[in-house]
Amino acid sequence: MREGIKRAPGYWPRATLFYLYLLFLYGPIFIIVILSFQEENSSLSFPMTGFSLFYFKEVIDPQYIGDFRWPFGRSVILGLISMVLTMSISFLAGLAFRKDFKGNIIVFYMVVASLVCPSILISLGIGIGFSNLGLNSQWWSGGLGAHLSWTLPFGVLIMLAVFSRLDPRLEEAAKDLGASKWQTLSNVTIPITLPGLIGVALFGFTLSYDEYPRISNVSGEFNTLPVELVNALSLAATPAIYAIGTMTTIFSLAIIFTTFLFVYFMAKRRQGFGVKKAGAEG
Amino acid sequence: MAGLTATFNRYSTFFQISPLVLTLGLFLLGPVIVIIILSLWKFDGFLTLEGVWTLRNYERIFTRSLTVSNYLQTAKMLAITLAITFTIGFTLAYFLVFDLIKLRTKMLLFLLCVVPFWTSAVIRTVAWIPFLGKEGIINQAVMGIGLSDEPLTFLLFSEFAVLLSYIQIFTLFMMAPLFNVMARINNDLIEAARDNGANALQILWNIILPLCKPGIAIGTIFVIALVASDFTAIRILGGAKVGTVAASMANQIYNVQYPPAAATAMILLIVVLLLVGGIMRLVDVRRQL
Repeated sequence: MREGIKRAPGYWPRATLFYLYLLFLYGPIFIIVILSFQEENSSLSFPMTGFSLFYFKEVIDPQYIGDFRWPFGRSVILGLISMVLTMSISFLAGLAFRKDFKGNIIVFYMVVASLVCPSILISLGIGIGFSNLGLNSQWWSGGLGAHLSWTLPFGVLIMLAVFSRLDPRLEEAAKDLGASKWQTLSNVTIPITLPGLIGVALFGFTLSYDEYPRISNVSGEFNTLPVELVNALSLAATPAIYAIGTMTTIFSLAIIFTTFLFVYFMAKRRQGFGVKKAGAEG
Repeated sequence: MAGLTATFNRYSTFFQISPLVLTLGLFLLGPVIVIIILSLWKFDGFLTLEGVWTLRNYERIFTRSLTVSNYLQTAKMLAITLAITFTIGFTLAYFLVFDLIKLRTKMLLFLLCVVPFWTSAVIRTVAWIPFLGKEGIINQAVMGIGLSDEPLTFLLFSEFAVLLSYIQIFTLFMMAPLFNVMARINNDLIEAARDNGANALQILWNIILPLCKPGIAIGTIFVIALVASDFTAIRILGGAKVGTVAASMANQIYNVQYPPAAATAMILLIVVLLLVGGIMRLVDVRRQL
């Protein structure tokens, strides 16, 4: 601790709780990583039987366990579709909500209802609805809808928060200077709300990629990764599940890391641009 | 010309909001309508008799003692989860916002809380098994230091295990909105109170807590929704002993008893909406976003 900083009363208990919580949060994940290096024919639990890459090889090139590669691919594709749709639908809805249109309260309550609605109701409802229309719900049809019912509330709520902090004078200034509607949108509104939009994109992808309960009934004959994992658990659970956990976590971290790098360089570029401009003027 | 622009503006709002309304109409209102219809169809114990209308499914819910015990267990687990996630979430948010000084440290530590959410939820739940199981880490430790001769069995496949996983995962949903509202509290207010002789506890009670209300409301709505819907953690960690409303519904669906499950879902939806509606009447969540 540096000298001269006087900690507020209760600082250390709070700091301790914080770091204990981190331990609580990360403990099981470290266990997953360790146990994914079990040797062949191990159970889901300790003791370690040895150290091997057996289950990683199994996941990448399955011989004995089920194939998780396609479910993983489906989850990623579904996550990306959900991400793009959540971003565009939420952004447009955010624009509309600024204008306090007729019935905005009803739509807002619908968004909240979509968030709190029991997952099973959505899942069963979409499944039965599809089959009564004579259709078979697939992961990319009924499944996509089930995912959107979960990702959209988060997207819309974030966009509402972003737009409530957006100073309308900036757009008015652009209009006064002769910008058209589209120019204002693409040169003022979108760049300013971009960090929020990236947040929506991350939420959209993660919530969809990880969703189980809402799609559990409607993914059709081809499952997404979470559905496949739950099925594998009820059959014969092996440390292959942990190996998948380790690999998908690394995959997720790579995505997050890339996104942050992207945001960081965008901010840097914009900053540099501003400085150059100011320098030229001064 | 002005009239034309006004017309365009009116229709632009319509085009902007219709994708959302259409999607929610198809995949929220649609399923709800299907479930209402399904819950009114007769179920003879094995088969769903389509088009034979009855209120029997609802009648059964209100006359079974199992319903009461399911709702009591759900309420109990919700209350415990809310109390603990609020206590931890509030303290963590307070620590991040008021105790830390550098913005970069705040952001880094906040990010550390979020990273585990990019591990699959199913796997994150399974990971409690090697911790809590008979040969798990906790039992090894407990027996190692001689606190007990035999493994503690209440740890896994119990309400305790499910609550532990709830607290681990749902605390962030409470903490994030609290962090958001706390970060927006004007420091001058706190300084002014301190100058006027308020102590730390008075500042907490009279300034910080009231200003946190919208965050508390949003966090509570998240946790209610998550606990009321969950059946995955219960299936993996709860064993047969944990019977919440959602878990019993998942069982009914597993046994293809769709109409009774639909009726249960409708009642649960109404209860959750009443709770959330009550919270939104107390705190204008939308104005505070």
